[in-house]
Amino acid sequence: MRTSMFKRIWLFYYEGFKGMTPLGKTLWLIIILKLFIMFFILRLFFFQPDLGRYSSDEEKSNHVIENLTQTE
Amino acid sequence: METYYVRTGNEFWKRTAKFWMNIFAVNFAIGVATGIILEFQFGTNWSNYSWFVGDIFGAPLAIEGILAFFLESTFFAIMFFGWNKVSKNAHLISTWLVAIGTNLSALWILVANAWMQYPVGMQFNPDTARNEMVDFWAVALSPVATNKFIHTTTNGYVLAAVFVIGVSAWYLLKKREEEFARKSIKIAAVFGLISLIVLIWSGDGSATHVAKKQPMKLAAMEGLYKSHPGTSIIAIGILNPGKKIEDLNTNPLKFENEKPYLFHISIPQGLSLLVNRKKDTFVPGIEDILKGGYIYTDKNGNEKTAPPIEERMEKGKLAIEGLSNYRKAASAGDEEGKATAYAQLMDNFDHFGYGYIKQPTDVVPNVPLTFYAFHIMVILGGYFFLFFIITIYMEKKSLIAKHKWYMWLAIASIPLVYICSQAGWVVAEVGRQPWTIQDLLPVGAAVSGVNPGSVRTTLVMFFVLFTILLIAELGILFKVIKKGPGA
Repeated sequence: MRTSMFKRIWLFYYEGFKGMTPLGKTLWLIIILKLFIMFFILRLFFFQPDLGRYSSDEEKSNHVIENLTQTE
Repeated sequence: METYYVRTGNEFWKRTAKFWMNIFAVNFAIGVATGIILEFQFGTNWSNYSWFVGDIFGAPLAIEGILAFFLESTFFAIMFFGWNKVSKNAHLISTWLVAIGTNLSALWILVANAWMQYPVGMQFNPDTARNEMVDFWAVALSPVATNKFIHTTTNGYVLAAVFVIGVSAWYLLKKREEEFARKSIKIAAVFGLISLIVLIWSGDGSATHVAKKQPMKLAAMEGLYKSHPGTSIIAIGILNPGKKIEDLNTNPLKFENEKPYLFHISIPQGLSLLVNRKKDTFVPGIEDILKGGYIYTDKNGNEKTAPPIEERMEKGKLAIEGLSNYRKAASAGDEEGKATAYAQLMDNFDHFGYGYIKQPTDVVPNVPLTFYAFHIMVILGGYFFLFFIITIYMEKKSLIAKHKWYMWLAIASIPLVYICSQAGWVVAEVGRQPWTIQDLLPVGAAVSGVNPGSVRTTLVMFFVLFTILLIAELGILFKVIKKGPGA
Protein backbone atom coordinates (compact mmCIF):
# COMPACT_ATOMS: atom_id res chain seq x y z
CA MET A 1 0.00 0.00 0.00
CA ARG A 2 2.85 2.38 1.02
CA THR A 3 4.88 1.53 -2.10
CA SER A 4 1.86 2.04 -4.25
CA MET A 5 1.25 5.52 -2.82
CA PHE A 6 4.90 6.54 -3.28
CA LYS A 7 4.85 5.14 -6.79
CA ARG A 8 1.72 7.12 -7.60
CA ILE A 9 3.30 10.31 -6.29
CA TRP A 10 6.48 9.60 -8.24
CA LEU A 11 4.50 8.93 -11.44
CA PHE A 12 2.46 12.08 -10.90
CA TYR A 13 5.58 14.26 -10.86
CA TYR A 14 7.41 12.20 -13.52
CA GLU A 15 4.55 12.39 -16.00
CA GLY A 16 3.92 16.02 -15.12
CA PHE A 17 7.49 17.04 -15.89
CA LYS A 18 7.63 14.79 -18.95
CA GLY A 19 4.48 16.23 -20.48
CA MET A 20 5.32 19.82 -19.62
CA THR A 21 4.40 22.51 -22.16
CA PRO A 22 7.17 24.62 -23.79
CA LEU A 23 6.14 27.45 -21.46
CA GLY A 24 6.65 25.23 -18.42
CA LYS A 25 10.06 24.10 -19.71
CA THR A 26 11.16 27.72 -20.29
CA LEU A 27 10.06 28.72 -16.79
CA TRP A 28 11.91 25.81 -15.19
CA LEU A 29 15.01 26.72 -17.17
CA ILE A 30 14.80 30.28 -15.83
CA ILE A 31 14.33 29.02 -12.26
CA ILE A 32 17.33 26.66 -12.52
CA LEU A 33 19.55 29.33 -14.09
CA LYS A 34 18.49 31.81 -11.44
CA LEU A 35 19.23 29.41 -8.59
CA PHE A 36 22.59 28.55 -10.14
CA ILE A 37 23.56 32.24 -10.38
CA MET A 38 22.39 32.89 -6.83
CA PHE A 39 23.98 29.93 -5.07
CA PHE A 40 27.03 29.16 -7.20
CA ILE A 41 28.10 32.65 -8.23
CA LEU A 42 26.64 35.29 -5.89
CA ARG A 43 26.71 33.26 -2.69
CA LEU A 44 30.11 31.62 -3.29
CA PHE A 45 32.05 34.58 -4.60
CA PHE A 46 30.31 37.73 -3.40
CA PHE A 47 28.32 37.05 -0.24
CA GLN A 48 30.48 35.61 2.50
CA PRO A 49 28.69 36.03 5.84
CA ASP A 50 30.51 38.74 7.80
CA LEU A 51 30.17 36.79 11.05
CA GLY A 52 31.13 33.50 9.39
CA ARG A 53 34.75 33.99 10.42
CA TYR A 54 33.75 33.37 14.05
CA SER A 55 33.10 29.86 15.18
CA SER A 56 31.02 30.47 18.30
CA ASP A 57 28.00 32.63 19.10
CA GLU A 58 29.98 34.23 21.92
CA GLU A 59 32.58 35.51 19.47
CA LYS A 60 29.86 36.78 17.17
CA SER A 61 28.16 38.59 20.06
CA ASN A 62 31.44 40.17 21.12
CA HIS A 63 32.09 41.37 17.59
CA VAL A 64 28.62 42.94 17.26
CA ILE A 65 28.76 44.51 20.75
CA GLU A 66 32.12 46.00 19.86
CA ASN A 67 30.64 47.46 16.68
CA LEU A 68 27.58 48.76 18.47
CA THR A 69 29.48 50.41 21.30
CA GLN A 70 31.99 52.20 19.05
CA THR A 71 29.96 55.27 18.19
CA GLU A 72 32.79 57.60 17.19
CA MET B 1 -12.82 31.30 -12.38
CA GLU B 2 -11.98 27.69 -11.66
CA THR B 3 -14.66 27.75 -8.97
CA TYR B 4 -17.14 28.74 -11.71
CA TYR B 5 -15.86 25.82 -13.78
CA VAL B 6 -16.39 23.31 -10.98
CA ARG B 7 -19.84 24.71 -10.20
CA THR B 8 -21.11 24.93 -13.79
CA GLY B 9 -19.05 22.30 -15.61
CA ASN B 10 -18.67 24.82 -18.46
CA GLU B 11 -15.37 24.20 -20.31
CA PHE B 12 -15.15 27.93 -21.08
CA TRP B 13 -14.25 28.63 -17.44
CA LYS B 14 -11.63 25.89 -17.44
CA ARG B 15 -9.95 27.48 -20.46
CA THR B 16 -10.18 30.92 -18.85
CA ALA B 17 -8.76 29.71 -15.53
CA LYS B 18 -5.91 27.87 -17.30
CA PHE B 19 -4.90 31.01 -19.20
CA TRP B 20 -4.71 33.18 -16.06
CA MET B 21 -2.90 30.36 -14.26
CA ASN B 22 -0.24 30.46 -16.97
CA ILE B 23 0.16 34.20 -16.39
CA PHE B 24 0.45 33.51 -12.65
CA ALA B 25 3.05 30.78 -13.35
CA VAL B 26 5.23 33.25 -15.28
CA ASN B 27 5.15 35.74 -12.40
CA PHE B 28 5.74 32.99 -9.86
CA ALA B 29 8.71 31.53 -11.75
CA ILE B 30 10.38 34.92 -12.13
CA GLY B 31 9.75 35.93 -8.52
CA VAL B 32 10.46 32.64 -6.76
CA ALA B 33 13.68 32.53 -4.72
CA THR B 34 14.55 36.18 -5.37
CA GLY B 35 14.12 36.73 -1.63
CA ILE B 36 17.16 34.52 -1.03
CA ILE B 37 19.33 37.42 -2.17
CA LEU B 38 18.01 39.34 0.81
CA GLU B 39 19.23 36.56 3.09
CA PHE B 40 22.70 36.79 1.53
CA GLN B 41 22.71 40.55 2.04
CA PHE B 42 21.68 40.20 5.69
CA GLY B 43 24.75 38.11 6.40
CA THR B 44 27.25 40.09 4.36
CA ASN B 45 26.16 43.72 4.35
CA TRP B 46 23.97 43.90 7.45
CA SER B 47 25.67 41.67 10.01
CA ASN B 48 25.06 43.99 12.99
CA TYR B 49 21.40 44.29 12.04
CA SER B 50 20.85 40.58 11.39
CA TRP B 51 22.51 39.66 14.67
CA PHE B 52 20.57 42.34 16.58
CA VAL B 53 17.18 41.12 15.21
CA GLY B 54 18.04 37.47 14.64
CA ASP B 55 15.79 35.88 17.22
CA ILE B 56 12.80 37.95 16.20
CA PHE B 57 13.14 37.32 12.48
CA GLY B 58 13.98 33.64 12.94
CA ALA B 59 10.48 32.52 13.95
CA PRO B 60 8.37 34.29 11.30
CA LEU B 61 10.81 33.51 8.50
CA ALA B 62 11.10 29.86 9.54
CA ILE B 63 7.30 29.54 9.58
CA GLU B 64 7.18 31.19 6.16
CA GLY B 65 9.83 28.86 4.81
CA ILE B 66 8.34 25.65 6.13
CA LEU B 67 4.59 26.16 6.04
CA ALA B 68 4.01 28.38 3.04
CA PHE B 69 6.79 26.95 0.88
CA PHE B 70 5.64 23.35 1.29
CA LEU B 71 1.97 24.29 0.98
CA GLU B 72 2.65 26.23 -2.19
CA SER B 73 5.04 23.79 -3.80
CA THR B 74 2.93 20.69 -3.13
CA PHE B 75 -0.34 22.09 -4.36
CA PHE B 76 1.34 24.13 -7.09
CA ALA B 77 2.30 20.81 -8.74
CA ILE B 78 -1.30 19.54 -8.54
CA MET B 79 -2.51 22.87 -9.94
CA PHE B 80 -0.36 22.53 -13.06
CA PHE B 81 0.13 18.78 -13.50
CA GLY B 82 -3.14 17.55 -12.10
CA TRP B 83 -5.84 18.80 -14.49
CA ASN B 84 -6.61 15.31 -15.80
CA LYS B 85 -5.17 13.31 -12.93
CA VAL B 86 -7.15 14.41 -9.90
CA SER B 87 -10.85 15.14 -9.49
CA LYS B 88 -12.23 18.60 -10.27
CA ASN B 89 -12.82 19.28 -6.59
CA ALA B 90 -9.32 18.14 -5.57
CA HIS B 91 -7.85 20.40 -8.23
CA LEU B 92 -9.95 23.33 -7.09
CA ILE B 93 -8.90 22.80 -3.47
CA SER B 94 -5.24 22.76 -4.60
CA THR B 95 -5.70 26.03 -6.44
CA TRP B 96 -7.25 27.65 -3.39
CA LEU B 97 -4.47 26.26 -1.17
CA VAL B 98 -1.83 27.77 -3.47
CA ALA B 99 -3.61 31.11 -3.11
CA ILE B 100 -3.79 30.72 0.69
CA GLY B 101 -0.14 29.58 0.85
CA THR B 102 1.01 32.57 -1.16
CA ASN B 103 -0.86 34.88 1.19
CA LEU B 104 0.62 33.10 4.22
CA SER B 105 4.08 33.69 2.77
CA ALA B 106 3.29 37.35 2.59
CA LEU B 107 1.96 37.32 6.17
CA TRP B 108 5.23 36.20 7.77
CA ILE B 109 7.41 38.47 5.67
CA LEU B 110 5.16 41.39 6.56
CA VAL B 111 5.20 40.47 10.26
CA ALA B 112 9.01 40.76 10.10
CA ASN B 113 8.78 44.07 8.24
CA ALA B 114 6.17 45.42 10.68
CA TRP B 115 8.43 44.59 13.62
CA MET B 116 11.13 46.81 12.13
CA GLN B 117 8.60 49.66 11.94
CA TYR B 118 7.14 48.98 15.39
CA PRO B 119 9.38 46.73 17.52
CA VAL B 120 7.32 44.92 20.18
CA GLY B 121 7.24 41.61 22.02
CA MET B 122 11.00 41.42 22.60
CA GLN B 123 13.61 41.86 25.32
CA PHE B 124 17.16 42.98 24.57
CA ASN B 125 19.80 40.62 25.94
CA PRO B 126 23.04 42.55 26.62
CA ASP B 127 25.03 39.30 26.95
CA THR B 128 24.35 38.35 23.35
CA ALA B 129 23.43 41.75 21.83
CA ARG B 130 20.28 40.16 20.47
CA ASN B 131 16.62 40.98 20.81
CA GLU B 132 14.88 37.88 22.11
CA MET B 133 11.23 37.23 21.47
CA VAL B 134 9.27 37.15 24.73
CA ASP B 135 5.78 37.36 23.25
CA PHE B 136 5.27 35.68 19.84
CA TRP B 137 1.67 36.89 19.55
CA ALA B 138 2.64 40.49 20.28
CA VAL B 139 4.99 40.25 17.29
CA ALA B 140 2.64 38.28 15.00
CA LEU B 141 -0.53 40.19 15.84
CA SER B 142 0.86 43.67 16.38
CA PRO B 143 -1.59 46.24 14.97
CA VAL B 144 1.05 47.38 12.51
CA ALA B 145 1.59 43.81 11.26
CA THR B 146 -2.09 42.98 10.80
CA ASN B 147 -2.75 46.28 9.07
CA LYS B 148 0.31 45.93 6.86
CA PHE B 149 -0.75 42.41 5.87
CA ILE B 150 -4.24 43.54 4.86
CA HIS B 151 -2.93 46.62 3.06
CA THR B 152 -0.22 44.78 1.12
CA THR B 153 -2.25 41.74 0.09
CA THR B 154 -5.27 43.80 -1.01
CA ASN B 155 -2.82 45.96 -2.94
CA GLY B 156 -1.72 42.77 -4.72
CA TYR B 157 -5.38 41.89 -5.46
CA VAL B 158 -6.01 45.35 -6.93
CA LEU B 159 -2.86 45.06 -9.02
CA ALA B 160 -3.96 41.66 -10.33
CA ALA B 161 -7.47 42.95 -11.08
CA VAL B 162 -6.17 45.92 -13.10
CA PHE B 163 -3.74 43.61 -14.91
CA VAL B 164 -6.57 41.22 -15.87
CA ILE B 165 -8.77 44.11 -17.05
CA GLY B 166 -5.91 45.66 -19.06
CA VAL B 167 -4.98 42.41 -20.80
CA SER B 168 -8.65 41.64 -21.49
CA ALA B 169 -9.13 45.14 -22.95
CA TRP B 170 -6.24 44.42 -25.32
CA TYR B 171 -8.11 41.36 -26.63
CA LEU B 172 -11.23 43.48 -27.14
CA LEU B 173 -9.18 46.07 -28.98
CA LYS B 174 -7.84 43.31 -31.24
CA LYS B 175 -11.36 41.88 -31.53
CA ARG B 176 -10.15 38.52 -30.22
CA GLU B 177 -11.49 36.29 -27.45
CA GLU B 178 -14.38 38.67 -26.76
CA GLU B 179 -16.41 36.45 -24.44
CA PHE B 180 -13.28 35.53 -22.48
CA ALA B 181 -12.29 39.19 -22.23
CA ARG B 182 -15.72 40.49 -21.17
CA LYS B 183 -16.21 37.85 -18.49
CA SER B 184 -12.66 38.31 -17.19
CA ILE B 185 -13.25 42.06 -16.97
CA LYS B 186 -16.53 41.53 -15.10
CA ILE B 187 -14.99 39.29 -12.45
CA ALA B 188 -11.80 41.37 -12.13
CA ALA B 189 -13.66 44.69 -11.80
CA VAL B 190 -15.91 43.48 -8.97
CA PHE B 191 -13.01 41.73 -7.21
CA GLY B 192 -10.83 44.81 -7.73
CA LEU B 193 -13.42 47.21 -6.34
CA ILE B 194 -14.05 45.10 -3.22
CA SER B 195 -10.28 44.75 -2.69
CA LEU B 196 -9.75 48.46 -3.22
CA ILE B 197 -12.38 49.36 -0.60
CA VAL B 198 -10.56 47.15 1.92
CA LEU B 199 -7.25 48.62 0.72
CA ILE B 200 -8.46 52.18 1.36
CA TRP B 201 -9.84 51.19 4.77
CA SER B 202 -6.53 49.60 5.75
CA GLY B 203 -4.67 52.62 4.34
CA ASP B 204 -6.65 54.77 6.73
CA GLY B 205 -5.64 52.42 9.56
CA SER B 206 -2.05 52.60 8.40
CA ALA B 207 -2.07 56.41 8.61
CA THR B 208 -3.36 56.18 12.18
CA HIS B 209 -0.57 53.79 13.15
CA VAL B 210 2.08 55.89 11.43
CA ALA B 211 0.82 58.99 13.28
CA LYS B 212 1.26 57.24 16.63
CA LYS B 213 4.34 55.12 16.00
CA GLN B 214 6.31 56.93 13.28
CA PRO B 215 5.24 60.60 13.46
CA MET B 216 8.30 61.74 11.48
CA LYS B 217 7.23 59.55 8.57
CA LEU B 218 3.75 61.11 8.59
CA ALA B 219 5.23 64.63 8.71
CA ALA B 220 7.44 63.79 5.69
CA MET B 221 4.48 62.23 3.83
CA GLU B 222 2.68 65.56 4.18
CA GLY B 223 5.72 67.86 3.80
CA LEU B 224 4.60 69.28 7.14
CA TYR B 225 7.26 71.32 8.94
CA LYS B 226 5.39 73.41 11.53
CA SER B 227 1.99 72.32 12.67
CA HIS B 228 -0.96 73.61 14.66
CA PRO B 229 -4.10 72.07 16.22
CA GLY B 230 -6.54 71.18 13.46
CA THR B 231 -3.87 70.19 10.95
CA SER B 232 -4.76 70.30 7.25
CA ILE B 233 -4.06 67.49 4.82
CA ILE B 234 -2.51 68.21 1.44
CA ALA B 235 -4.69 66.94 -1.43
CA ILE B 236 -2.33 68.09 -4.18
CA GLY B 237 0.86 70.06 -3.80
CA ILE B 238 4.29 70.94 -5.11
CA LEU B 239 7.03 71.23 -2.51
CA ASN B 240 9.36 74.21 -2.50
CA PRO B 241 12.76 72.72 -3.50
CA GLY B 242 14.41 75.69 -1.74
CA LYS B 243 13.29 74.44 1.67
CA LYS B 244 15.96 71.95 2.63
CA ILE B 245 16.26 70.35 6.05
CA GLU B 246 20.09 70.74 5.96
CA ASP B 247 19.57 74.53 6.04
CA LEU B 248 18.13 74.18 9.52
CA ASN B 249 21.70 73.52 10.70
CA THR B 250 23.66 75.82 8.39
CA ASN B 251 21.28 78.67 7.56
CA PRO B 252 18.25 78.63 9.87
CA LEU B 253 17.04 82.06 8.71
CA LYS B 254 16.87 80.91 5.08
CA PHE B 255 15.10 77.74 6.21
CA GLU B 256 12.57 79.79 8.20
CA ASN B 257 11.88 82.15 5.28
CA GLU B 258 11.30 79.45 2.68
CA LYS B 259 7.65 78.39 2.37
CA PRO B 260 7.10 74.62 2.39
CA TYR B 261 5.00 74.52 -0.80
CA LEU B 262 5.08 76.31 -4.15
CA PHE B 263 1.48 75.32 -4.65
CA HIS B 264 -0.99 73.26 -2.67
CA ILE B 265 -4.63 72.47 -2.22
CA SER B 266 -5.41 71.27 1.27
CA ILE B 267 -8.40 70.00 3.20
CA PRO B 268 -8.71 71.93 6.48
CA GLN B 269 -8.38 69.75 9.59
CA GLY B 270 -8.11 66.70 7.30
CA LEU B 271 -4.94 65.30 8.85
CA SER B 272 -6.27 65.71 12.40
CA LEU B 273 -9.45 63.87 11.41
CA LEU B 274 -7.43 61.15 9.68
CA VAL B 275 -5.22 60.58 12.71
CA ASN B 276 -7.85 60.21 15.45
CA ARG B 277 -11.19 61.49 14.07
CA LYS B 278 -10.92 64.71 16.09
CA LYS B 279 -10.73 67.92 14.09
CA ASP B 280 -8.61 69.88 16.59
CA THR B 281 -5.88 67.24 17.12
CA PHE B 282 -2.30 68.49 16.91
CA VAL B 283 -0.35 66.43 14.37
CA PRO B 284 3.33 67.34 14.81
CA GLY B 285 5.40 68.56 11.88
CA ILE B 286 9.10 67.90 11.28
CA GLU B 287 10.30 70.90 13.30
CA ASP B 288 7.84 70.11 16.11
CA ILE B 289 9.23 66.59 16.39
CA LEU B 290 12.81 67.85 16.37
CA LYS B 291 12.02 70.34 19.16
CA GLY B 292 9.61 68.12 21.12
CA GLY B 293 7.23 69.56 23.69
CA TYR B 294 3.95 68.36 22.16
CA ILE B 295 1.66 65.82 23.81
CA TYR B 296 1.60 62.28 22.43
CA THR B 297 0.27 58.89 23.54
CA ASP B 298 2.93 56.27 24.29
CA LYS B 299 2.89 52.46 23.73
CA ASN B 300 0.99 51.94 26.97
CA GLY B 301 -1.68 54.51 26.15
CA ASN B 302 -0.33 57.17 28.53
CA GLU B 303 -0.24 60.82 27.49
CA LYS B 304 3.29 62.20 27.57
CA THR B 305 5.25 65.23 26.48
CA ALA B 306 7.50 64.40 23.54
CA PRO B 307 11.17 64.97 24.33
CA PRO B 308 13.34 66.93 21.86
CA ILE B 309 15.48 64.77 19.57
CA GLU B 310 18.62 66.11 21.27
CA GLU B 311 17.39 64.70 24.58
CA ARG B 312 16.73 61.34 22.91
CA MET B 313 20.26 61.45 21.47
CA GLU B 314 21.65 61.93 24.99
CA LYS B 315 19.56 59.05 26.33
CA GLY B 316 20.66 56.91 23.39
CA LYS B 317 24.29 57.60 24.25
CA LEU B 318 23.56 56.58 27.86
CA ALA B 319 22.02 53.33 26.62
CA ILE B 320 25.07 52.54 24.45
CA GLU B 321 27.38 53.45 27.34
CA GLY B 322 25.31 51.11 29.54
CA LEU B 323 25.87 48.26 27.04
CA SER B 324 29.59 49.01 26.91
CA ASN B 325 29.89 49.14 30.72
CA TYR B 326 27.86 45.98 31.05
CA ARG B 327 30.31 44.15 28.81
CA LYS B 328 33.31 45.47 30.72
CA ALA B 329 31.75 44.55 34.07
CA ALA B 330 30.87 41.07 32.78
CA SER B 331 34.47 40.52 31.63
CA ALA B 332 35.75 41.64 35.04
CA GLY B 333 33.21 39.50 36.90
CA ASP B 334 31.82 42.63 38.59
CA GLU B 335 28.20 41.71 39.39
CA GLU B 336 27.32 45.07 40.94
CA GLY B 337 28.77 46.95 37.97
CA LYS B 338 26.78 44.68 35.66
CA ALA B 339 23.53 45.46 37.50
CA THR B 340 24.18 49.22 37.39
CA ALA B 341 25.10 49.14 33.70
CA TYR B 342 22.07 46.95 32.90
CA ALA B 343 19.76 49.43 34.64
CA GLN B 344 21.35 52.32 32.69
CA LEU B 345 20.90 50.41 29.42
CA MET B 346 17.30 49.37 29.99
CA ASP B 347 16.19 52.74 31.37
CA ASN B 348 17.26 54.30 28.09
CA PHE B 349 16.76 51.40 25.70
CA ASP B 350 13.75 53.01 23.93
CA HIS B 351 16.20 55.67 22.71
CA PHE B 352 19.09 53.29 21.92
CA GLY B 353 19.34 54.12 18.21
CA TYR B 354 19.42 57.87 18.84
CA GLY B 355 22.85 57.38 20.38
CA TYR B 356 24.24 56.94 16.85
CA ILE B 357 22.60 60.08 15.47
CA LYS B 358 25.10 62.90 14.89
CA GLN B 359 22.66 65.79 14.60
CA PRO B 360 18.88 66.02 15.13
CA THR B 361 18.09 66.62 11.44
CA ASP B 362 19.58 63.19 10.63
CA VAL B 363 16.31 61.63 11.80
CA VAL B 364 14.39 63.36 8.99
CA PRO B 365 13.81 61.11 5.95
CA ASN B 366 13.97 62.31 2.35
CA VAL B 367 10.94 64.63 2.41
CA PRO B 368 10.35 65.16 -1.37
CA LEU B 369 10.58 61.44 -2.16
CA THR B 370 8.24 60.46 0.70
CA PHE B 371 5.81 63.32 -0.03
CA TYR B 372 5.49 62.69 -3.77
CA ALA B 373 5.38 58.89 -3.39
CA PHE B 374 2.55 59.23 -0.85
CA HIS B 375 0.55 61.63 -3.00
CA ILE B 376 1.08 59.61 -6.19
CA MET B 377 -0.16 56.52 -4.31
CA VAL B 378 -3.26 58.32 -2.97
CA ILE B 379 -4.12 59.99 -6.30
CA LEU B 380 -3.73 56.72 -8.21
CA GLY B 381 -5.76 54.92 -5.53
CA GLY B 382 -8.59 57.42 -6.15
CA TYR B 383 -8.20 56.93 -9.90
CA PHE B 384 -8.53 53.15 -9.58
CA PHE B 385 -11.67 53.55 -7.49
CA LEU B 386 -13.26 55.51 -10.36
CA PHE B 387 -11.77 53.12 -12.91
CA PHE B 388 -13.41 50.06 -11.31
CA ILE B 389 -16.78 51.82 -10.99
CA ILE B 390 -16.67 52.95 -14.64
CA THR B 391 -15.64 49.43 -15.68
CA ILE B 392 -18.50 47.78 -13.77
CA TYR B 393 -21.00 50.30 -15.18
CA MET B 394 -19.76 49.97 -18.77
CA GLU B 395 -19.61 46.20 -18.56
CA LYS B 396 -23.18 46.05 -17.22
CA LYS B 397 -24.43 48.26 -20.06
CA SER B 398 -22.30 46.32 -22.63
CA LEU B 399 -20.49 49.55 -23.56
CA ILE B 400 -16.87 48.43 -23.24
CA ALA B 401 -16.45 46.92 -26.70
CA LYS B 402 -17.93 50.11 -28.27
CA HIS B 403 -15.47 52.55 -26.72
CA LYS B 404 -11.84 52.37 -27.79
CA TRP B 405 -10.83 55.08 -25.32
CA TYR B 406 -11.81 52.79 -22.46
CA MET B 407 -9.70 49.94 -23.86
CA TRP B 408 -6.66 52.18 -24.14
CA LEU B 409 -7.32 53.54 -20.65
CA ALA B 410 -7.46 50.00 -19.28
CA ILE B 411 -4.18 49.07 -21.00
CA ALA B 412 -2.51 52.28 -19.76
CA SER B 413 -3.71 51.47 -16.24
CA ILE B 414 -1.40 48.43 -16.04
CA PRO B 415 1.83 50.44 -15.61
CA LEU B 416 -0.05 52.90 -13.38
CA VAL B 417 -1.05 50.18 -10.91
CA TYR B 418 2.58 49.04 -10.64
CA ILE B 419 3.65 52.65 -10.02
CA CYS B 420 0.94 52.96 -7.34
CA SER B 421 2.09 49.80 -5.61
CA GLN B 422 5.76 50.76 -5.67
CA ALA B 423 4.95 54.28 -4.46
CA GLY B 424 3.35 52.68 -1.38
CA TRP B 425 6.56 50.79 -0.65
CA VAL B 426 8.61 53.95 -1.12
CA VAL B 427 6.44 55.67 1.51
CA ALA B 428 6.83 52.73 3.91
CA GLU B 429 10.58 52.25 3.49
CA VAL B 430 11.99 55.67 2.59
CA GLY B 431 9.66 57.31 5.11
CA ARG B 432 11.13 55.29 7.99
CA GLN B 433 14.71 56.32 7.30
CA PRO B 434 17.21 56.52 8.95
CA TRP B 435 15.89 53.54 10.92
CA THR B 436 16.37 49.90 10.07
CA ILE B 437 14.57 49.24 13.37
CA GLN B 438 12.48 52.18 14.50
CA ASP B 439 14.29 54.16 17.22
CA LEU B 440 16.65 51.27 17.99
CA LEU B 441 19.06 50.89 15.08
CA PRO B 442 19.81 53.43 12.35
CA VAL B 443 21.22 52.32 8.98
CA GLY B 444 24.71 53.57 9.87
CA ALA B 445 24.94 51.26 12.89
CA ALA B 446 23.24 48.31 11.17
CA VAL B 447 25.74 47.75 8.36
CA SER B 448 28.80 45.49 8.36
CA GLY B 449 32.22 46.89 7.76
CA VAL B 450 32.13 45.87 4.08
CA ASN B 451 33.97 48.02 1.64
CA PRO B 452 31.82 50.33 -0.49
CA GLY B 453 33.38 48.96 -3.70
CA SER B 454 32.00 45.48 -2.94
CA VAL B 455 28.53 46.86 -2.25
CA ARG B 456 28.68 48.83 -5.53
CA THR B 457 29.76 45.71 -7.45
CA THR B 458 26.95 43.57 -6.07
CA LEU B 459 24.44 46.37 -6.64
CA VAL B 460 25.43 46.51 -10.33
CA MET B 461 25.16 42.72 -10.50
CA PHE B 462 21.67 42.81 -9.01
CA PHE B 463 20.68 45.53 -11.42
CA VAL B 464 21.88 43.42 -14.36
CA LEU B 465 20.32 40.19 -13.01
CA PHE B 466 16.94 41.76 -12.27
CA THR B 467 16.90 43.64 -15.58
CA ILE B 468 17.47 40.35 -17.41
CA LEU B 469 14.70 38.74 -15.35
CA LEU B 470 12.37 41.65 -16.15
CA ILE B 471 13.11 41.38 -19.87
CA ALA B 472 12.57 37.61 -19.72
CA GLU B 473 9.30 38.05 -17.82
CA LEU B 474 7.92 40.68 -20.17
CA GLY B 475 9.01 38.67 -23.23
CA ILE B 476 7.30 35.50 -21.97
CA LEU B 477 4.20 37.36 -20.77
CA PHE B 478 3.75 39.12 -24.12
CA LYS B 479 4.17 35.79 -25.91
CA VAL B 480 1.59 34.04 -23.71
CA ILE B 481 -0.86 36.93 -24.06
CA LYS B 482 -0.37 37.12 -27.81
CA LYS B 483 -1.09 33.41 -28.16
CA GLY B 484 -4.20 33.84 -26.04
CA PRO B 485 -6.33 31.41 -24.07
CA GLY B 486 -7.07 29.39 -27.20
CA ALA B 487 -3.44 28.29 -27.58
